Amino acid sequence: MAVVVWITEGTWPACVDAARAYAPPEAEIVLLHVLDTEASAVAHGAFVGLLGRAHPVTGHRPATGWGRDPGDAAEQTATVSERNLFQAAADRIGRPCSRQTRAGRAEREVVAAADGADLLVLARDGDLRHLGPHSLGRATRFVVDHAPCPILLVWPQQAPDVTTLPPPPPPR
Amino acid sequence: MLSVVLLAAVLVCAVVRPWGWPEAVVAVPAAAVVVGAGAISLPHAAAEAGRLGPVIGFLAAVLVLAQLCADEGLFRACGAWMARSATGRPRRLLVQVFALASVITAVLSLDATVVLLTPVVFATAARLGVRPKPHLYACTHLSNTASLLLPVSNLTNLLAFAAAGISFTRFAALMTLPWLVAIGVEYLVLRRFFAADLDAGAQAPADSAAPDLPLFALLTVAGTLVGFVVTSAIGVNPAWAAFAGAAVLGVRALTRRRTTPAAIVRSAALPFLAFVLALGVVVRAVVDNGLASSLAHLVPHGSTLPALLGVAALAAVLANVINNLPATLVLVPLAAPSGAGAVLAVLLGVNIGPNLTYAGSLATLLWRRIVREHDNDVDLGEFTRLGLLVVPAALTLSVVALWGSLQIVGG
Repeated sequence: MAVVVWITEGTWPACVDAARAYAPPEAEIVLLHVLDTEASAVAHGAFVGLLGRAHPVTGHRPATGWGRDPGDAAEQTATVSERNLFQAAADRIGRPCSRQTRAGRAEREVVAAADGADLLVLARDGDLRHLGPHSLGRATRFVVDHAPCPILLVWPQQAPDVTTLPPPPPPR
Repeated sequence: MLSVVLLAAVLVCAVVRPWGWPEAVVAVPAAAVVVGAGAISLPHAAAEAGRLGPVIGFLAAVLVLAQLCADEGLFRACGAWMARSATGRPRRLLVQVFALASVITAVLSLDATVVLLTPVVFATAARLGVRPKPHLYACTHLSNTASLLLPVSNLTNLLAFAAAGISFTRFAALMTLPWLVAIGVEYLVLRRFFAADLDAGAQAPADSAAPDLPLFALLTVAGTLVGFVVTSAIGVNPAWAAFAGAAVLGVRALTRRRTTPAAIVRSAALPFLAFVLALGVVVRAVVDNGLASSLAHLVPHGSTLPALLGVAALAAVLANVINNLPATLVLVPLAAPSGAGAVLAVLLGVNIGPNLTYAGSLATLLWRRIVREHDNDVDLGEFTRLGLLVVPAALTLSVVALWGSLQIVGG
């Protein structure tokens, strides 16, 4: 049995804990992280938008001073931070697991990575202060709709209790 | 006609950068050809260069000042401060990023925010285990939007400042309200747009080493700001205050062997300054040879609210179609006869407008096609959606704020 655990900054501990609690002992666990290429692309773009600054076109030489592209720094930071995230998740899960990294649009990459898996674990990722449709963010919603396998959807923090239920609609 | 072709060539080469040449390599000969072919008379070109010269010197001083502040560890200290007080609280981090990016853009120019602050913000977000995207978007958006306050915040401001004939303090007084309004709109929209990322929280414990405050650099920057006010009060070019600030930090860094004279000269970005000068001459030739008369009827006259809105919208469109630098060079002379209000409205357009198209211009899209086609295809949808939410609202409300300031402070 293959269990894919989608880890993202902020909400990963809940996913890891759920995998530890619910994945059968013989299951093969894959930690999945999608690198956010857009954030560094935004930094690249802002740099390029500064017209006429005589920036080096590509990074053949290490640039100095005003020629340092913040997008390059962002890419490096993202790679290091992904490595740390994997390490923290592997430490927390405390059992053998493999790591898979992908780049691109998170929701599509996750669906693709879940192909052939027996279970996908992911965290609710939206407006958690208003329980309702928006507590599933865009990416989570997409994965829930399109995942090719059963899904274990967990709360990033403690799940709300039944007292948070809204009052029933008035009888018509 | 010749000057239009040359302007197009200068802009395309500035974007495409054939063989990695600095932009000035094409722009300076183009300016020489424009003068040589008589598209602009030599005295006229000299007058334009004479007008741009002090502006460019001012910019160089600010760039050197910002780089020296970075050498002194100012931006590292900013990162340490954010990491210390925003642990586990992404929304608080966003507020801090907004505060820092707004002040740094206003005082040390947008280049400082893009090149020096953005990597620090990204690293801080990573250290805190916070999703970086909202904070990165805040930096890039504010490098444009928060560059309204002072003439030194943006090259576009310096160009307009020279033409508008208003003092440094008056510029700041008129732009304070629009600056605050535009930043406020950005904050409200970004907070909502990235609500999911900001709600996700953070777990990574931050090591809470106290930031090493670069007091000397901070005091020098504060002194430079006071210098701006004093120089403009006694009728001296405020560029001297920037030179003095850069000189103080430069001498200190040299005596402590933290930098070299060559590094200081490099941080003045001389090829860029030459490019601006040459671009100014070429644009002047285009404006003199018909663009002025054909655009003149498009530029609304007067300082009424509808006229200011019209000028700002036109400026925003032009900044998105070409780039905000040539847009400023073209529009400022046309708006100047209508008074300082119209010139400042142009600035609102060219400074806020670039957040609409990716990285501020369609020209940049061209650049991406050519140079980065091997990279992952970037999703432009989110950037554009965010821009559509922010730019019209920020632009309209800040023009209203400018109009209000003109009523209070006087046009």
